[in-house]
Formats: sequence, structure tokens, C-alpha cells
Amino acid sequence: MNAFEYKRAEQEQMAIDSIVDAKDAKFLAGGTNLIDLMKNGVQTPSRLVDINRVPLDKIEVIPGGGLRLGALARNSDTANHPLVRTHYPLLSQAILSGASPQLRNLATNGGNLLQRTRCQYFMDTGFSKCNKRVRGSGCGAREGVHRKHAILGASEQCIAVHPSDMAVALAALGARVRVRGQKGVRTIAIADFHRLPGTTPQVDTNLQPDELILSIDLPASPYAAHSHYLKIRDRASYDFALVSAAAALDLQGGTIRSARLALGGVAHKPWRSEKAEAVLAGKPANRAAFEAAATAALAGAQPLKENAYKVELAKRAIVRALELAGGAA
Amino acid sequence: MTLIGAPLTRVDGRAKVTGTAKYTAEFEIPQVAYAVMVTSTIASGQVSGMDTAAAERAPGVLAVLTPRNVLKLPGAERRITVLQDANVYYQNQPVAVVVAETLEQAQHAAQLVRVRYDAKLANLDFEAGFPASYPGEHNGEPGDAGWGDVNAGLAQAEVKVEEVYTTPIHHHNPMEMHAAIAQWDGDKLTLHDATQSVTQRRSYVAKMFGIPEDNVRVIALFVGGGFGSKGQTWAPVVLAALAAKQVKRPVKLVTERPQMFGMVGARPRTHQKLSLGATRDGKLTAIKHEVHAHTSVIEDYLESSAFATRVMYDCANVQTVHRLVPLNLGTPTYDRAPGVATGTYALEVAMDELAYKLKMDPLELRLKNYAEIDPGTKNPFTEKSLNECYKRASEKFGWARRQAEPGSMREGDTLVGWGMATETYPARRLPCSALVRLQPDGRVVVASGTQEIGNGIYTVMTQVAADALGIPPELIDVKIGDTTLPPAPISAGSMSTASVTPAVHDAAMQARNNLLALASGDAQSPLHGIAADQLDINGGNISAKGSPGKTENFRALLARHGQPVEGHASLKPDLDTKKFSSHSFGAVFAEVAIDPLIAMPRVRRVTAVYDVGRIMNAKTAQSQFIGGIVWGVSLALFEDTQMDPPTGRFYNSNLAEYHVPTNLDIGEIDVSALDIPDPKLDSMGARGIGEIGITGTGAAIANAIFHATGKRVRDLPITPDKLI
Repeated sequence: MNAFEYKRAEQEQMAIDSIVDAKDAKFLAGGTNLIDLMKNGVQTPSRLVDINRVPLDKIEVIPGGGLRLGALARNSDTANHPLVRTHYPLLSQAILSGASPQLRNLATNGGNLLQRTRCQYFMDTGFSKCNKRVRGSGCGAREGVHRKHAILGASEQCIAVHPSDMAVALAALGARVRVRGQKGVRTIAIADFHRLPGTTPQVDTNLQPDELILSIDLPASPYAAHSHYLKIRDRASYDFALVSAAAALDLQGGTIRSARLALGGVAHKPWRSEKAEAVLAGKPANRAAFEAAATAALAGAQPLKENAYKVELAKRAIVRALELAGGAA
Repeated sequence: MTLIGAPLTRVDGRAKVTGTAKYTAEFEIPQVAYAVMVTSTIASGQVSGMDTAAAERAPGVLAVLTPRNVLKLPGAERRITVLQDANVYYQNQPVAVVVAETLEQAQHAAQLVRVRYDAKLANLDFEAGFPASYPGEHNGEPGDAGWGDVNAGLAQAEVKVEEVYTTPIHHHNPMEMHAAIAQWDGDKLTLHDATQSVTQRRSYVAKMFGIPEDNVRVIALFVGGGFGSKGQTWAPVVLAALAAKQVKRPVKLVTERPQMFGMVGARPRTHQKLSLGATRDGKLTAIKHEVHAHTSVIEDYLESSAFATRVMYDCANVQTVHRLVPLNLGTPTYDRAPGVATGTYALEVAMDELAYKLKMDPLELRLKNYAEIDPGTKNPFTEKSLNECYKRASEKFGWARRQAEPGSMREGDTLVGWGMATETYPARRLPCSALVRLQPDGRVVVASGTQEIGNGIYTVMTQVAADALGIPPELIDVKIGDTTLPPAPISAGSMSTASVTPAVHDAAMQARNNLLALASGDAQSPLHGIAADQLDINGGNISAKGSPGKTENFRALLARHGQPVEGHASLKPDLDTKKFSSHSFGAVFAEVAIDPLIAMPRVRRVTAVYDVGRIMNAKTAQSQFIGGIVWGVSLALFEDTQMDPPTGRFYNSNLAEYHVPTNLDIGEIDVSALDIPDPKLDSMGARGIGEIGITGTGAAIANAIFHATGKRVRDLPITPDKLI
């Protein structure tokens, strides 16, 4: 671990000021990912700005509709909050399928979005090739181990996947991320929050270096009655997704009024498929429609040798998640 | 024998769960310095240069040991890789050690060391190495053996199975990482070491440093799991001793989790070709088991996958072949039923495939080829009641209700599969000595230099001694894990109970006889003058047989005596292995459930019945069987060390990515034992139970998955990508 300076911020403005006036400063919230990366020598911030005392841990109703999840509310508290359970069961399910109870007790909502990939070429500095860690060094995964890597939206430079389950549900639910920087407060649609790797795989998100996440805002949702988060993984707990599917249906009788569908474990960001959603809209909620949606969602997939199975597995995950969401399984 | 077999709660259980049981790294030694290893990032070549200046200047740093400045060890071997030269043979090999005042300072400085390499082309392609592979041996037993004419047996077969089964590299990953504290006093060395054998560690380290064995003391009071990785001496403990010598301070070195992947052993990758021949009615005519397994370029270790094939079934023509493939990886070693876990997976899946080809029940096929005697040596077994295991386990499991057709047992969308396999593990014991001392203060010391690796040896030694002495177990203090105690063998190979408890028993009987003689000869004792053989002791009270009034507690007698009363025993195995074979057996049945769409198999229940000799403690035995089965689930579904093919670096060198089962992965486990004593192997009649649970279990699960899905996966682990 590198030597670093530790500062504690009590208020938003103080946090932002503290991050701006040091090079390579990082906010410290739950620390469940950042501290590991620092121990591994992957990240070497000069300063940690501890924001745990900044009052951003509330979960509250947004006047006019929706729910505001404080950036510093813990994942466990969020998943088990009555309003989340009642109105956004998809989110609750997604959070609870990730990590372990101990980690969820510490991890925060803002931090969850900012997790780095678990690609081991990135995590282990003993590997020389990782464009995300060392620009221009190459991608070790492409020629090496890539069983868990991206099949959608990847680039020559990077095939890493985003590890979050929570973010996949947020993508399906159309969340917005409220952030504050030196220039004031702005909101970023969840779809625009994370980036595809392209030629800048070192940049995971569109959050600016001076910006602090304040909250994740969920719009009012018609999907509470029919949603499901399905996570396929090698073991039943404490494991990242091979593929996951967040599926939500607004049903009238047996017909789909509108649908939401996002995938995890397939791309550098939570992968919402509006094409698949369009295929489902207006269709009867049945296996044929679900399979058509699955085909649409994976249409542009570009797998490699070891992760080719993900195309079929993702399709199946979509079908089963939609069935479980619609109660038609 | 009232205490033997009783479900006595672990005597060290409270200490373990409250954290007062001291593991190696927890000892606080005054003036201790901390060592952190810097490890290689190439698989083959040489260290061409190293920049240590920044590390040496870092706060708190006492020394940076490198191949240039490290002390040369007179007894160093190439296999141990402790900086004696600049050669690199595998990824994650130690190339430098930073010693500092605090752990954090050492970790920080270790990151400042810059290493330059001259990399050479590494041998990393397992299958490409087959043509140049060569024979080997395992614990002195030849890798190649057989009888009859296997080709003739295959030629006369009416039904054949010929398949290849592969298993990946496994890393043991005990919870407690390898750790050592080394402390020199002149040329005398004290080592706290997380080891499965204090005795072997002492002799190896003494030889390396060129000092007499008596100058080395090794202590390991509790070992947080070994699984074979803490049997051999590896680099970390030697580096701790080297560093302590060079900085002239006690030094503590704890391996980091990623460093557990390379320098401290692994289960090698295997490629196993099974050829089975049978008559139409299911009698085996041939078994050919050909194994390729990797080893390192600096040492041979043979994964003896086909050894179990030599004792399993009655068959006239059997051939077992092993070939070693040297790769630029850390040396592999014994891991959780070495050879047998991987070998029974292959053999018992092949048997299942044969049963399907014969349209025969898999259990019936096993019974048809039941070996009453050792099929290789033609010697009788010391005891074998496997047929009773099959019977009880199949009844408990409900095997008779199985529908043979794959995919035919369903619960809604869920496919249910049932599979079974035979389990086996060799029974062995090694020379062992023990001391029992009845102290004037009324406490009883029972000592032997064995190790507690989670096996419950503290508890079983307590039971055996209490039973023999006629003294309550609460008065007994077991001392183990120290080379100052009577020597005992390595805690490995499911041998501890069979090796240690007969010695404890004999030492206790001797102490008891000495105690009774003391009572008989003590003028102040109410038992004075009564012949020792007419005295008895129960619950600590010595009494005269047939004279209920005359009694004295042993503590009163000893207090008056003021001197300890002792018994010693030093035993060697006395089974004539030319006349008998000794193996444990068991039968395991597994049920899996799987949603065929999403392909995540779940092991819902496992039922197993074991024939393992006498059960010494019903409770700890239960735990060990369950633990073995959990590792069997792990073998079947989870464990897989992935290697980066171009660099030979292990990809998933941490516990987030190297999967072992979580609680949620484990269903109902129902284990029991026949509890038939086997006095031919040892006087206590126990054969050892630590490893048999993992054997066969991988195959039972693989067979259940085939039964559920119709998919035969011959490459472990069986993960969702292989089932869609």
C-alpha cells in the first residue's frame, strides 16, 4: 500500500474542496473495493477523503413521485428498506444477490456504482498487460483467461465487465444519479453514467474527478408487481454474475404494456436493451415473445473463445427472468 | 472402553471459537520484525537485476534480502527456492524478502522493490508435454502396476467404455495461510510454524542450515487447516529463518493469500484415460487407467490418480499407468485425498457410463464386481464390509425409487438427478511415541508430537487416555505440536488416529499399572498390600476388586507420593502388509436439482455410509465426514485454478475468484459409519477418516448431473457453461 493522506469531510462542500486540492485524491465511503485495490497496488491515491460523516445516508420519497437513495446509505439498508421492497423489489433482489452480508453492510450505494472491474488482469499488478490499469500496455484477457468477460460493447483495448448487480437493476428502472461538483449539482441518467471502454478503458464513468455522488433517484415505477432479477453464477453466493438479467413488466391482462430489461456480466456497463424492450411492448407475455426479446438483446454480441457460452446463457437468463417476472413460468 | 466412540465435544472447541487458541502468527515475540516476500512475475528465466534502494530507504526497513546478499545455506535444494540463486522456475516464486519493524512498513517497502528479469520460454502447455512425459512414483510406490493382460481383457469385452476425464489444478487454501516465526539464539533455532509435521520440519530445516536437529525446536499448537499444503517444507518458513539470522532479530513471515498460489504446492492437473471392458452381464474383463499429471521443473510429485483403481473392483486384467509432465509451475503436492479424489472421480464416472451402456443399475454393477480380497495382491483385507455400506446408504437414500432414464425425474421445471459412487482410501499408520504423566497436582499430561489440523486429535487423545487410565477427561491436559515432545508422524494421509492413539493407549496403560503398583506399595494407602493386579481404577478412584470398602482417589495417592507417575510408549506398525491389505471403503449417493434453462446445478442431498474401522468419537467423526463431502462438492462444481496461458501466472489467486463452496451451496448431508473395529491395523481398531469423504463424491455428483440432464461432463469443475 502506498503512503497517503487521510482527511475527513463532514459536509458536501468540504468533501469537494478536499478532493479538488490534491492530485489523485479519492473519496472513501465503504471502502470495500478501494481499500483492496490500494492493498494490491492497483490504485495509489495521494489522499483519501472520508465522506462517511457527510449526511447523505437517507432514503426518502421524492415529492411528486419516486424515491431518493442517499449515496451513503448502505447496500443492506437500501435492499431492506420497506419503500424499496414495496416499490422496487427488483432493486432489493439485485442488491441482495451481490457480495456477502458483511460486504453489503459496509458498501454504500454510491460506491456500488463506482466499483472497478474484477478482471484479474486489472486486479493483479503481476500481470503486465492491462490497458485499464496501465495505458497502452495491452489487454491480457483477450489472449488469456476471459471466461467471465464482455460479449457486448467491448473494444480491442478492453473486454472487462462491470461487476455490480445493483447497477443492473438501476439501469432497468431508469435511475438518475445526482452529483455535485465545483460547478454545482447535476443529474446523470444511469445509462450515461458508466462508459463503454472504447479507446479510454481507464475511465469507467462520466463522473468528473471533482464530483461527489449525492443520491440515486428512482422514478415512480409501474413495474413493482412484475419484476425479477436472475443471476447465473458458478456458486450460489458470494460470486459475480456470469450473466444476470433484470426484467420488469407492466402487464395488462396477459399483454405487456411496457417492459424493462437490463443485463449484467456482459459488458463494461450495465447493459439495458431498449431493442428487447421494444420487441416486448404490446406482445402477449409468453415464451415466444420472451425468446424474441432475448434474440434482440443479444443481436450484436461479439464473444471470444472462452465466453461464447454467455450469448446462449444470457438469452436463457432473459427468458427465465421474464417468465419469473410475469409469473408465467 | 466407555469413552472411546463417545460424542465428546472437542476439548479445544471453546478455545477455538473464542479466539484463545493460538495459531502460529498470533504468538507475540518480543523484538519481532516482519518479513514480506516479493515474488516473481515470470515463469521461467533469471532475475537479471533488482533495484532495492528505495525499499532500503523506506521507513523501518531492516534489510532487503535478495539472491545477491542472502546467506548461502549449506543444505539448500533447488526445489525450495529461497533466493539461493537468480533462477526463476515459476510465477510467484520468492525473489526478495523485505524485513521491517512493522508489517505495514515491510508491505510498503516490498512494493518499492523493482525486479528485472531475463525471461526464458516457459513450459506451460500440459498436453504438448505428453510425448516427453516420464514415469514416477508416489510415496515409494511405482506409478505403473497391473496384472493379467489388459489388452486381451479389452478384446474379449462385449461392452466397452473409453473416455478421457480431466481435472484442473487445485490450491489447498486453508483458512490459515502459511506462517512462521523464527528466533535464533546462537545456532539454536526456535520456529513457530503452521505445519502438519513439526518433526519433518525440524529435520529439513536443520539440514538446510547445517545444524544438528537438536538445535531446532518447532512449535505448532494449532494449525488452521493444512489439506496437504503444510506437509512439505516450502519457502516461507525457511525465508523466515534466513531473515531472522540476517537481521539478528526474531522474524515473523505470513504468506499473503495470492502467494498461496505457487510456492506452497497445489493439486496437479490430471488427464485420465479410462478403458473399461465388460461382459454383457456386467462382469469387468479389463480396467486400464492411464494418467498424465503435471509436476514442476524442479521436483517430481506424482498425483497417484490410478492407485485406487488397483483395489476397487474384482477384475482379472488391470493396468495402471502414470506419466509426469514437467511445467514451469510451482511444485504440486498432496492435496485432500491425493490421487484418490481425482482418480475415483474418473473411475466412478466411467463405471456409471458402463452401467448405462449395459442398461444396468450402477449399484448392481458395483456389486457384480465386488472385490472380496485385494484384487492386485490377492491378499485379504484386514476388514472390509463395503457391501453393508452399499446396502445401508442406498436404503437411506431411497435409491430403489430411481428411474434410470436421464431427465426422467422432474419436479415441475426442475430436473432431478441421482448418482452414486464407491469411496475408498488406504489405511496406514506410522511409528509414533507418547508420554502419559500423572502429576502430583492431580493433573494428567498426555503428550505426543502430533498436530491439531482440525482433525480433533486433542479430543481423541483425551478420550483414549481417560479411558485407559480410568480418570475423568476433565483432568487431562493434552500436549502436542512441539518437537520437545515424544515424536509423532505427520498429520496427513488419514493416519493420525491409527498412529497416535495406540501409543497414547499403551503409555496410559503403563502409567496406570505404575499407579496401581504405587498404591499397593504405599503404607499409607488403604490399598496397601493388595496386589496391583487386584486393583482397579474408575473415575479416578482406585479400589480393590471385590472389596468395595477399600478405595482411594489417585490424586490423594499422588499428592502424598510427591513425584509424577509416568508411562511411555513407542510403537511401530505391526501389520504384515505382505499378508494383508488395509483400506477404508464407503458408498455415497447424491441428489442434484437443476433448472435446465439456467444450468446451475445444486446438490440437494448427499447420503454416505463408511466402513472405516472403529469410530473413536461420533461427533468429530461426523464433522470429518461432512467436511470431506463438502470438499467433494467443491471438487465436482467449484475448484479450478485458471492459468494465464502466455505467462503461466495463476489468474484467480484469491478467495473471491478461487471458488470453494459457500453455506448456500451445501444441501443436506447424511453420514454414518458401520463402526466395525479393525484390530489388525492397530490395537485401537481405527482406520482413519479424514479424507475418504471427498473420494467418490465428485463422481456421485457428476453422475447425478448426467442422470438429471443427460449431459456427461468429463472435465471438472461442472459449471453452468458446460451444461448449456
